[in-house]
Amino acid sequence: MLQVSNLSVARGGKILLHDVSFSVEPGQALVLRGANGIGKTSLLRCIAGLQTPTSGKILVPETVAYAAHANGLKGQLSVFENLKFWADIYGGPRPDVALNSYSLENFAYQPAANLSAGQQRRLGLARMLVTGCRLWVLDEPTVSLDVQNVALFYKVLKAHLQGGGAAVLATHIDFQLSAESLDLTSYIASLNMSSSAFEEALE
Amino acid sequence: MNSTSKSKHLWNLFWKLANPKVFMGWSGRWLPWLSWLTVLLLGSGLIWGFFFTPDDIRQGSTVKIIYLHVPAALMAINGYLLMFIGSLMWLIRRQHVSVLAAKAAAPVGMTMTLIALATGAIWGQPMWGTYWVWDPRLTSFLIMFLFYAGYIALWAAIDDDDTAADLTSVLALVGSVFALLSRYAVLFWNQGLHQGTTVSLTDGTKQENISNVFFLPLLLAMVGFGLLFLTLLLIGTRTELRMRRLKVLEVRERMQ
Amino acid sequence: MIQLFARDIRLAVRSGGGFGLALIFFLIVVVLIPLGLSSDQSALALVAPGVLWLGALLACLLSLDRIFGLDYEDGSLDLLATSPLPLEAVYIAKAAAHWLTTGLPLALAAPVLGVLLNLSFDAGKVMCFSLLLGTPALSLIGAFGATLTLGVKRGGLLLSLLVLPLYVPTLIFGARAVHSASLGQPFDVPLIMVLAISLGAVAILPFASGAALRINLR
Repeated sequence: MLQVSNLSVARGGKILLHDVSFSVEPGQALVLRGANGIGKTSLLRCIAGLQTPTSGKILVPETVAYAAHANGLKGQLSVFENLKFWADIYGGPRPDVALNSYSLENFAYQPAANLSAGQQRRLGLARMLVTGCRLWVLDEPTVSLDVQNVALFYKVLKAHLQGGGAAVLATHIDFQLSAESLDLTSYIASLNMSSSAFEEALE
Repeated sequence: MNSTSKSKHLWNLFWKLANPKVFMGWSGRWLPWLSWLTVLLLGSGLIWGFFFTPDDIRQGSTVKIIYLHVPAALMAINGYLLMFIGSLMWLIRRQHVSVLAAKAAAPVGMTMTLIALATGAIWGQPMWGTYWVWDPRLTSFLIMFLFYAGYIALWAAIDDDDTAADLTSVLALVGSVFALLSRYAVLFWNQGLHQGTTVSLTDGTKQENISNVFFLPLLLAMVGFGLLFLTLLLIGTRTELRMRRLKVLEVRERMQ
Repeated sequence: MIQLFARDIRLAVRSGGGFGLALIFFLIVVVLIPLGLSSDQSALALVAPGVLWLGALLACLLSLDRIFGLDYEDGSLDLLATSPLPLEAVYIAKAAAHWLTTGLPLALAAPVLGVLLNLSFDAGKVMCFSLLLGTPALSLIGAFGATLTLGVKRGGLLLSLLVLPLYVPTLIFGARAVHSASLGQPFDVPLIMVLAISLGAVAILPFASGAALRINLR
């Protein structure tokens, strides 16, 4: 479903990761590991299509559901309206199932601004379900979730995988789910690599 | 047949200059010559024009400001054109020299616009009895000044160099369309006092509207301003390239 | 695209001041100008078309940085960029929402405020019409400017600096149409030009803005 080959990823003109290759099949989740600042977010942004890699190839399905650090919620809209909006944009399913999966049904008609940080995060994750996309790209999905809600997230993710979906996640904490993991430490680009076109002009 | 191969050769040379290293080498070799030629032509043109031409029958000695006014106005427009072409080339071919040349052209062109406006105002006072009139040509130049200011401000505001290069180029392209549109809008708005174009190189067959006594030094001053523009442009582009190199080196140093 | 448009309208209504602020600003400009100028009726009638157009233009400018700024800050612009909706469509939807909440109320209010400036009823009609044709261009050009300054912190002043010169042709033709109408002269040519600028903006600016958004998000 997702195929990444010989990818190089840069941030701020500096190549972070070099020659990364992996693939994710339907029913599979891949966890990207590595210290802060190693380039997990940049790699995920490349997969989501927000950033162009400096070299290499990414093969993805036409639409990808992407969840970043920011949830992208509108505080003035209700929880239901927030999900409904994304469901309409993606042409995905109605929000009811998504609300139930993350036990948000009691807040459905409250403004999203009233939710706690953990609840907002759950709403952000529930957005994935209404996109109807098979590939999820998740950047630190469990941030600000307590133990119970992390378990809830695992349950939803498992169901997604069993339904033939796939996911790429970035996290620096332990991930208690039977998933493939890829340690990015071995792909750290060497010091002298720079994505700058001025390299050739250096005397 | 020979000429086509020669023009092809020149064309290749032109694109080679887009390589920063080739550009630095080439411009470094030519810059001293170009600078001296500028001093020579501009100096002689201005001295000839200011001190060795007769006064105009109607305008008196005030006419002599033409030797600054017309060439500066010409270069102001050329600067804008260059900014447009440099930006377009960057968006198509992604070669840094072109966008840095566009960046370097902006302040020079803006200064030329300012010179044209200031000399125009000084000339306007004895001619029209006022420093400023909202004449289409003057207004267009003032608007062009604002476009230059916006372009330069956008460059200054964005931290990431490549993002700045891309966004300023998009602005330069869209801005040019609107600048052209403004020109027509301004003509529609007011027909104006400004005399028609005094100097025309293409209309040689028509009756001469300026006598040779004034025309030759003016031509010299125009060529001199052109060379001045080119010299400043090369210096500016070289400075920009060096600044970018410096940044690369700094990033490297931090990594080690 | 329609959903995004509807969401932006809903947000503008709920956050309060979506419709109101620009109108009140417009009113203040129209009140301040006679105070600074003169109470002479004929002098006011002479400057009324320009003042009203300029007031509408400035009122339009006020809310430009919110078009993309809020979505950029809370991360929804990233999510929109990864959605099936192309960024060109995002731009059009957002510019349209800005027009509906700002341009349209300004156009409808202008003939009423024209009364304060001794603008005749007939010229007032042309005023309203010229703004109806011209405010789409103001929203589209302004939204384009907003895409350029997206990543700049406190980019409001820079945004004005970039956008105001781009507003020149629209202002000239729009104000000229009303001016001609107030003198009883034909005003069809400038009106057509205003329409042409709006149509041209719809045709060209989505591509430039889409590109600028992509550059800012990468």
